[in-house]
Amino acid sequence: MLRRRVIPCLDVADGRVVKGTRFVDLVDAGDPPELAERYATEGADELVFLDITAAPERRGTLLDVVERTARRAFIPLTVGGGVRTVADMRDVLRAGADKVSLNTAAVADPTLIIRCAGRFGRQAVVVAIDARTVAGTERQGADAADAPRTWQVVVNGGREATGLDVVDWARRAVDLGAGELLVTSIDRDGTGSGFDTELLRAITSSVPVPVIASGGAAGPDDFVRAVRDGGADAVLAASIFHRRLHAISDVKAAMAAAGLPVRLVHGAVA
Amino acid sequence: MTRRPRIAVVDHGAGNLVSIDQALTTVGAEVVFARDGEALRRVDAVIVPGVGAAEPAMARLDAHGLTGPIRAWLADDRPFLGICLGLQLLFEGSDEDGATTLGAVPGRAVRLEGAPTLPHIGWNQVERTRSHPLFEGIADGADFYFVHSYVGAPDPAARDVVLATTDHGGPFASAIGRDALLGVQFHPERSGPDGLRLLANFVDLVRAA
Repeated sequence: MLRRRVIPCLDVADGRVVKGTRFVDLVDAGDPPELAERYATEGADELVFLDITAAPERRGTLLDVVERTARRAFIPLTVGGGVRTVADMRDVLRAGADKVSLNTAAVADPTLIIRCAGRFGRQAVVVAIDARTVAGTERQGADAADAPRTWQVVVNGGREATGLDVVDWARRAVDLGAGELLVTSIDRDGTGSGFDTELLRAITSSVPVPVIASGGAAGPDDFVRAVRDGGADAVLAASIFHRRLHAISDVKAAMAAAGLPVRLVHGAVA
Repeated sequence: MTRRPRIAVVDHGAGNLVSIDQALTTVGAEVVFARDGEALRRVDAVIVPGVGAAEPAMARLDAHGLTGPIRAWLADDRPFLGICLGLQLLFEGSDEDGATTLGAVPGRAVRLEGAPTLPHIGWNQVERTRSHPLFEGIADGADFYFVHSYVGAPDPAARDVVLATTDHGGPFASAIGRDALLGVQFHPERSGPDGLRLLANFVDLVRAA
């Protein structure tokens, strides 16, 4: 049976893993290949690198990091951040990534999804969607079902609203060639208040491709809910792993105890 | 024998070759990237890796003069491993885009029907249908990493090529083998220690050939 995946996300700036609330108060958290290898040993099913290097001229540093990581961790690697062209995607795959995640650039030019999927196959194209609840649609009391909550797509690290409905964009991205969606709740990101399972369910019930849940993880139970209630195929988190608040093996044990299929790694260390 | 077998990894332009290079090197092989037919003259085994669609892959094999030498390699029953798309290309054709493929195994690449999600992405169990040295030391039902929407479907008369199956909305052939020809639908180079073990077993088979 297909396993539900647990995916640590590493924010990478200028060749180092950093931690901190996105883009501010960054603290050096180590060497990406070293951390990647550690997570692989601990049972990570995949890894996501999010390149938050501000300067495009330092792109070569990222490619070097991707290659060194691919040579140390024998699990799949997705790279996101700064991929704007088919040539960017080619460079990242050649360096050793298996998948590329497109976000702001795909919203700006949706044909990028078609071109990337046409060249490398849809299985290599992850479309990352940052979602924020549309003001005025938050649930209010028991009769909330009458007025369903909706979300809009935000870009540029959540700073810029697009007016695009999240479910509409998810369907369109899949039609254009996305093989997987990485859905981040900007409302929940960094809050530790749990994944937005309602957002996840709205998307997983609308598209056939696997959906990776992101934004809001605090503990192992949140991972269970993202899969069981949200229908997510995979669950991504950053700070709870980097800060060693929870081990990947603890998260997987909780998922297994809840009856979810997970890949248990023998000898995985906490 | 402890020599390092030379293995040609066919480069048909479909992305990541770093992982397969590193994995094969780790398990004791010497990797040669094959970008023309000439490269196959000096190797002990051929691996066709890859993801993506059949038609563009076949077009690139043709353009680089690799299709004929690979067909001849298979006809001579020399050590061969197809990975993911490389397994599907062993069949006669693909339903994905109508491509005519290598034709070494009777059957076609068909869409994974009835799957709860497509593409089939993630770790899934590989259940042996018969014993084979490729899986030596690997538990039956071990997890390997998959990323694909199509699968190789052998003709009923060729069902005995199936070495292992995996379930995603129904069972499909996740490993095939016939003499020196081997194929796996999953990515051993991305499947952790069990994946490395499988590649080490392949290298052992190459040494013994």
